[in-house]
Amino acid sequence: MIAPAAAYVALLVGLPVLMSLFLSVSDARVGSETISFAGLTNFKSALATPAFRVALRNSFLFTAASQALVVAGATLLALALREPFRGRGLLRLLVLLPWVAPISLGAIGWKWLLDSLYSVVTWVLVALSLVSASNPPMWLGEPRLAMLSVLLVHAWRTLPFATMILLAGLSAIPRDIPEAAAVDGSGFWRTHLTITLPMIRPILLVALLFGVVFTFTDMTAVYILTRGGPADATQVLPSLAFFTGILGGDLAQGAAISLFLFPLLLAAAVALLRLARRAEDAS
Amino acid sequence: MTRRASTTALRVAAAGVALLLSFPFYWMLLTTFKRTSDLYDLKNNPLLFNEAPTLEHWRFLFADTLYPRWVANTLAVGAAVVAITLLLAAPAAWALARLTGKWGERVGIGMFLMYLVPPTLLFIPLSRVVALLDLQDSLWSLIVIYPTFTVPFATWLLFGFFRSIPRDLEDAALVDGLTRFEVFRRVVLPVSYSGLVTVAIFAFTLVLQEFVYALTFISSASNQTVGVGVPIFLVRGDVYYWGELMAACLFASLPVAIVYNLFLDRLVQGFTMGAVK
Repeated sequence: MIAPAAAYVALLVGLPVLMSLFLSVSDARVGSETISFAGLTNFKSALATPAFRVALRNSFLFTAASQALVVAGATLLALALREPFRGRGLLRLLVLLPWVAPISLGAIGWKWLLDSLYSVVTWVLVALSLVSASNPPMWLGEPRLAMLSVLLVHAWRTLPFATMILLAGLSAIPRDIPEAAAVDGSGFWRTHLTITLPMIRPILLVALLFGVVFTFTDMTAVYILTRGGPADATQVLPSLAFFTGILGGDLAQGAAISLFLFPLLLAAAVALLRLARRAEDAS
Repeated sequence: MTRRASTTALRVAAAGVALLLSFPFYWMLLTTFKRTSDLYDLKNNPLLFNEAPTLEHWRFLFADTLYPRWVANTLAVGAAVVAITLLLAAPAAWALARLTGKWGERVGIGMFLMYLVPPTLLFIPLSRVVALLDLQDSLWSLIVIYPTFTVPFATWLLFGFFRSIPRDLEDAALVDGLTRFEVFRRVVLPVSYSGLVTVAIFAFTLVLQEFVYALTFISSASNQTVGVGVPIFLVRGDVYYWGELMAACLFASLPVAIVYNLFLDRLVQGFTMGAVK
């Protein structure tokens, strides 16, 4: 009874991964009839292009920076939303929104929030006298600001997910341990830092690993916000693979670029397996 | 700081973050009801209605764009994918749940990890597969490909549900002379109703959220799903019609948000992979 599901996944996930490996060492293009072996030229030529190196750096930068924000923000939110209080349900729903809205639609919302002329973010900052109205920030048009915008949109989208995972983790901690610490006279923040946080570290790691995978492999936010621009400044590996392999028709080169995602995915999968194994041993 | 004051400070900070996170949706909502002349007047305070509200953007979206078509496409693909997902995942999950020892769980986790293989790694080879099957620019391409990510997740979630069903229930039915398959169909499935509903809803939301495959495989505007149609095809030329765009985003996002909130705990259990009991 496992066979149909396993066969489906093997045919349409396992086999394509192998096809991807095969394409990456070929010279396949859309529309060309013959395919021949090209060795590692696609990987070499990728590494030699400036756009690729920028994309590689951006992929790691976006992932690391956004997930650092997410871990901090999610810990704060999860600790705050842990115990019932009036309005908790509403806050939870509000926090959840960025994650459940389809990413492409959330991103188009941000494109409007960061519009070059009518940005409400700029308007608020002008009202607070933080930026000048005569020289407003080009959120998506200036390389550094565009990178910051993309990074923050990633953080915005994955923060709810990490919060919900952490909330589940917190609910599994025996209530009496932090309370015993409180009776011992250790203060509120100290109790959380020295007792609660170490106890939820495995679950924090689970949330972080998923966040890393979702961010590292996402091209939607970049594609919609900047199309990788200005001048490839915000390009990431998945979006570059799309532009090269699908829009540019260079399947071989596109496949090679997307395969650079693989090592990190593998590492995340191994880490998740080890966490699951440890939970299995503990049970 | 006393414990009480600290708790209050934490909650106030969390409320601030929650408002910040949800502000884009408030802004979307405001935009959909504002007149175009109000939206594009730089002298106006954008957070207020400077002119009377209007339903024009909503009317235009549903009457004069392809949006209703995209909603219908998404619903059709979603229904087909949910059916395929349940047909494939439910038997697999049940078989895994009934394996003795730890192997059921291990294979289940292995299956779940397939969910992490991203579309951005697979879209190039799959574009070849779709071309070979002659499904370019057809909703069928999505119906065939989407189960690659819904089936792994659904199998893992259902595995958890089926494992919690007492085995005695099935054994009693077997003694009564039913075959394994009959037991599955007539005993296991009816008591797993809530699990199946959760999985169906989750699979549907994954379909609604998908962007990369639809962008890759579908080229004509009328065959789009909501996720790609709105950000790519609702833009005419270089001009963004923000009122309609934001209405389109909200209409597709809010129902999912509400449903998700109801089933959240179960989904989170799936992601924590047994690390939280």
